Amino acid sequence: MKRFIIVGAGQAGLQVAESLRRGGFDGEVLLVGEEASLPYQRPPLSKKYLLGEVEAPRLLFRPADHYAKLGIACHLGVPVAKLDKENRIVYLADGAELCYDRLALTTGARVRELTVPGAGDPRVCYLRGLNDAENLRVRLSQARRVAIIGGGFIGLEVAAIARGLGCEVAVLETQSRVLQRVVAPVVSDFFARIHRERGVNIQLAQQVSAIDATPDALTIITADGSSVVADLIVAGIGVLPNIELARASGLLCDGGIVVDEFARTSDPSIVSAGDCTMHRNLLYPRPHRIESVQNAVDQAKVAAGTLLDHPVAYAQVPWFWSDQYDFKLQMTGISTGYDELVLRGEPEKGAFSVFYYADERLIAADSINRPAEHMVSRKLIATPGGCYPKAQLADTAIDLKTIF
Amino acid sequence: MPKITFIDLDGQQHVTDVAIGLSVMEGAIANGVPGILAICGGSCACSTCHAYVDDAWAGVVGAPNEIEDATLELANDRKPLSRLTCQIVVTPELDGLVIHVAKND
Ligand SMILES: Cc1cc2nc3c(=O)[nH]c(=O)nc-3n(C[C@H](O)[C@H](O)[C@H](O)COP(=O)(O)OP(=O)(O)OC[C@H]3O[C@@H](n4cnc5c(N)ncnc54)[C@H](O)[C@@H]3O)c2cc1C
Ligand code: FES
Repeated sequence: MKRFIIVGAGQAGLQVAESLRRGGFDGEVLLVGEEASLPYQRPPLSKKYLLGEVEAPRLLFRPADHYAKLGIACHLGVPVAKLDKENRIVYLADGAELCYDRLALTTGARVRELTVPGAGDPRVCYLRGLNDAENLRVRLSQARRVAIIGGGFIGLEVAAIARGLGCEVAVLETQSRVLQRVVAPVVSDFFARIHRERGVNIQLAQQVSAIDATPDALTIITADGSSVVADLIVAGIGVLPNIELARASGLLCDGGIVVDEFARTSDPSIVSAGDCTMHRNLLYPRPHRIESVQNAVDQAKVAAGTLLDHPVAYAQVPWFWSDQYDFKLQMTGISTGYDELVLRGEPEKGAFSVFYYADERLIAADSINRPAEHMVSRKLIATPGGCYPKAQLADTAIDLKTIF
Repeated sequence: MPKITFIDLDGQQHVTDVAIGLSVMEGAIANGVPGILAICGGSCACSTCHAYVDDAWAGVVGAPNEIEDATLELANDRKPLSRLTCQIVVTPELDGLVIHVAKND
């Protein structure tokens, strides 16, 4: 009987396993994961879970008996320490050896850690896994002043929750605007404003140079000599793809495990999907790495197809969401390289969309509390040759659905 | 606990007990109902928890809100009684509810 092993029991790993079964694979499926928990959803960790609205069991993607029913064997709580791709063996950290016919690497990403002096204090927290979230939830309930380092999605979502819990909140961002890497200035300004209006002290262009930790408080010292005092620090300064296992085995890695549009690595028996991959998507000329539920799921389906010898190329429009207070940001496409923006609606009113164009082509859209516009955008961007009348896009009197 | 019956694409019935306060989607997942995928975990972002409310229950369950209505645009085979099951919260009134699973992928 054939044995397929999946390393990394997160969103992508689970999807590979389920897609193998849906695709009719009747061999052995082994899901090996470093975390002790069955696969769970990460997005609520910085949203409802942190707020205390849902508990950990509700985060599980599937109940425990589902795995047995589908014939997915889970090996949890032990990482894979080594991969011998010549002999097709994975070595677990507890000494177990497992042979495979084909392998999927869905090892995801881990947080980038702060390296400034003082960053090792236990009151400096991160948020990636359930363990982090449990720790942070307890600490948040005891903290009065929270400082967040990094004005990205995680940082801003945590800021919104901490405010909701009644904490004093400061956000320190090195760039001149929040969410700088992913959205246009108008969207950054909008999010900075809604946080400020709710009492968050957003400080831009602030480089953290040290943390002075005393039993009573943590003082963040910035490069310009100013300081922020807090009881708890949450650093959300990005993630690093988990590529060490792949790289040590000799697989090609370059800012991620390199895969083609069929999720194939440089070894014909190994595929990879999710946050850990530097991948090709046929809709884009260059490879990229994306951290999102959409990419984890859609790329995992591609990987499973390849494992089953039914290759289907990856060509999906990316989408993402972020919840902060009563605002839902929904993004689609990739805005990198845009040369023109079209604004629809008024940011002051708390509901608008921004359309990104490159060479007269619609490449991306961000919608805030405009779900219908997001959905239409997802379809438009997927349609090749998308060249849409900008004046009409900007006119909120016209229903988007009727333009196209 | 309210009883909810899911009828999957093969016509098979799954009679489940779902705690009040959970979503209908969570009830389907906990009971392994095939066809309810729920990849966004109930964030009303993916439409892979799409199902049809049985005719007899239309008035009790009610209509989708604006976000759900928009998200349903992405669902396959949308019909008048289409709902995203992650957006239906189980209440005592829903005891006996019948849900027909849609084609999700
Ligand atoms: C707090 C938070 C909020 C988020 N919010 C959103 C959101 O709103 N919308 C959105 O689209 N995305 C969001 N994301 C991103 C999304 O959750 C990720 O993109 C997605 O989980 C990626 O799935 P993955 O399977 O590739 O990686 P992961 O979910 O990271 O899973 C990888 C798994 O592999 C394991 N692993 C790693 N190395 C080994 C090894 N050597 N052996 C065994 N196991 C190993 C890891 O422990 C982990 O369990 C959020 C992420 C976080 C952390
Ligand atoms: S679970 Fe994604 S929309 Fe319901």
